[in-house]
Amino acid sequence: MNVKACVAGLLAACAFTPAFATDLVIATVNNGHMIEMEKLGKNFEKENPGVTLKWVTLEESVLRQRVTNDIATKGGQFDVMTIGMYETPIWAAKGWLVPIKNDAAYDVDDLLPAMRNGLSLKGQLYASPFYGESSMLMYRKDLADKAGIKFAERPTWDQVRDAAAKMTDPAHGVYGICLRGKPGWGDNMAFLTTLVNAYGGQWFDMKWKPQVNSEPWKKAINFYVDLMKKYGPPGSSSNSFNEILALYNEGKCGMWIDATIAASFISDPKQSKVADKVAFAQAPSAVTDKGANWLWAWALGVPASTKQPELAQKFIRWATSKDYIKLVAATNGWANVPTGTRKSTYANPEFTKAARFAAAELKAIQTADPEHSTLPPSPYVGVQFAAIPEFQAIGIAVGQQISAALAGSETVDQALNQGQQAADREMRKAGYY
Amino acid sequence: MHTPRKYPAAQVLRALVSWLTGLLVFFPILWTGMTAFKTELQAIATPALLVWTPTLDNFAEVQRRTDYLLYAENSLITSVGSTLIGLLLAAPAAYSMAFFQNARTKDLLVWMLSTKMLPAVGVLVPIYVLYQTFGLLDTRLGLTIIFTLSNLPIMVWMLYSYFKEIPREILEAARMDGAGLYQEFRHVLLPLGVGGLASTALLCLVLSWNEAFWSLNLSAARAGTLASLIASFSSPEGLFWSKLSAASMMAAAPIIVFGWFCQKQLVQGLTFGAVK
Repeated sequence: MNVKACVAGLLAACAFTPAFATDLVIATVNNGHMIEMEKLGKNFEKENPGVTLKWVTLEESVLRQRVTNDIATKGGQFDVMTIGMYETPIWAAKGWLVPIKNDAAYDVDDLLPAMRNGLSLKGQLYASPFYGESSMLMYRKDLADKAGIKFAERPTWDQVRDAAAKMTDPAHGVYGICLRGKPGWGDNMAFLTTLVNAYGGQWFDMKWKPQVNSEPWKKAINFYVDLMKKYGPPGSSSNSFNEILALYNEGKCGMWIDATIAASFISDPKQSKVADKVAFAQAPSAVTDKGANWLWAWALGVPASTKQPELAQKFIRWATSKDYIKLVAATNGWANVPTGTRKSTYANPEFTKAARFAAAELKAIQTADPEHSTLPPSPYVGVQFAAIPEFQAIGIAVGQQISAALAGSETVDQALNQGQQAADREMRKAGYY
Repeated sequence: MHTPRKYPAAQVLRALVSWLTGLLVFFPILWTGMTAFKTELQAIATPALLVWTPTLDNFAEVQRRTDYLLYAENSLITSVGSTLIGLLLAAPAAYSMAFFQNARTKDLLVWMLSTKMLPAVGVLVPIYVLYQTFGLLDTRLGLTIIFTLSNLPIMVWMLYSYFKEIPREILEAARMDGAGLYQEFRHVLLPLGVGGLASTALLCLVLSWNEAFWSLNLSAARAGTLASLIASFSSPEGLFWSKLSAASMMAAAPIIVFGWFCQKQLVQGLTFGAVK
């Protein structure tokens, strides 16, 4: 056997990469609505002969890392990217994103103002919302009725604590309240920032000085740790959205405050054992309701490095259009359409009839204002985050400290002081003061 | 009369510890396998379900949603390619280090190994820029090269250990009989070191097959390996355990079966030189 021929053949096979002249590469995450978009993408391909959609589905943090690397180095691996409300204004300011081009048929004024503003920089839209969410209180109506609890449209945190005490029933494996505890700026800190906002706190004052060990933070985090230790499930410091979703669907949680998207999962009988027993209210307030519920959008953007900007824009117009929502409704029913993006969706009686959570979700989204999310004035934009590049590192560091306090390995004061130090170091390093 | 055979207590204890360790190592694979045959609701059930009606839906879903064969083909080409190229480079290097040692050989070996001490993420951006410049992003050739470079230090070390065990006198005798460098390598060293070469190749194949970091970071829609396929089933919002488990089983199955058949060579390779 000719060794040289074997090696040459192998190299040729390795180097062989078929040419895809009109491939549109879309980077996305493995969320239900995105999977549906992937399936329905065949319709776009039919409408645009010669175009093939190629999907790269990645875990959320890997997606961020991949996309950041690719944009920063102008790699040009992706034509359309799934990004969030945090990255969009930051990346737009750096010139990494192409402004979104819309036509009259797209009806950009139909987008919910909160979503449109959150994905814009200086009034220009840089990513189109594919689905959006806020946070709200989801609770077990049967347990609340049994305990004689009647929730106001927006209860206070004290009322929630009292309700948690009444609903907790360890003998039957029911915990009064389930909240995020897993460290991460998008995990426990997304929720905790809204709690701190409700207690009148903020991430930074007007001079960009971190406020992590200020009085409102101490009150909020002490309340949270005490609440979870008394009425939360064991191991809460490692719980985030999916872990709590699993607990809730198993009937183990009396209340849960998290992303509104969860409402469609917990009221789906195919996934949830308590689908017919859930009810909704607005996220609790304490000294204020400002910033008590977050705002987030999974949006589609076009990286500046793409070689096919026009086709990418066309795809985004298709995937975030009113017609796409109708297409999903026709395929899977109105209960399964991507929500939180367009006024017309909530004006549709078929949708409001199919989705019991629609009114609560719309109200939550409408009341979230990223530009005025804290009681004292703040220099940053964002409800559950501060839209500055340094926030990721700060959010992760503070999140780890609070998770450790929840696990009992340090006190709340120690956690907040260390978090403050980490935030202060990061802000000094970045030259804010 | 039949007398029950008596085992010494130490032997029983050793067997027990061996079995427990084996079970501990195998448990995650067993649990993943079990979860792959459950529905999402069954997968999250607490307490965990030990008896249930198995379903193949997750495997069908993985197959329906992804181009499994493309990922498998990419895994096969990149891992076999990197193994062969690695052998072509590592064997001569190990040969020269084992039989023609000089004062710097040990330093060179340690330096080669030291490249494995740097976390891969530390060189991600330079590698990414280089790959972009040379058009290697999202290509099988690009992944093959990085897998080869990643495994090369281990391959050189393993082959060096093997070749060191071969008596120099045999090679010297061949040289005295007039064998040239190629003939010496081809007709003397290769037959004697074939076990070592096979073990090294097998280990490299397994490592390349399971490599995830570079595959995730340097591939997109075309060259992704099965490791990328697994990663695509993790979800930030929604239940995914059973589908992720099914994807993991489908990704791991070929290499597990392959490893099963080659376990003798693998064990021999990993323990070679441990006892002299």
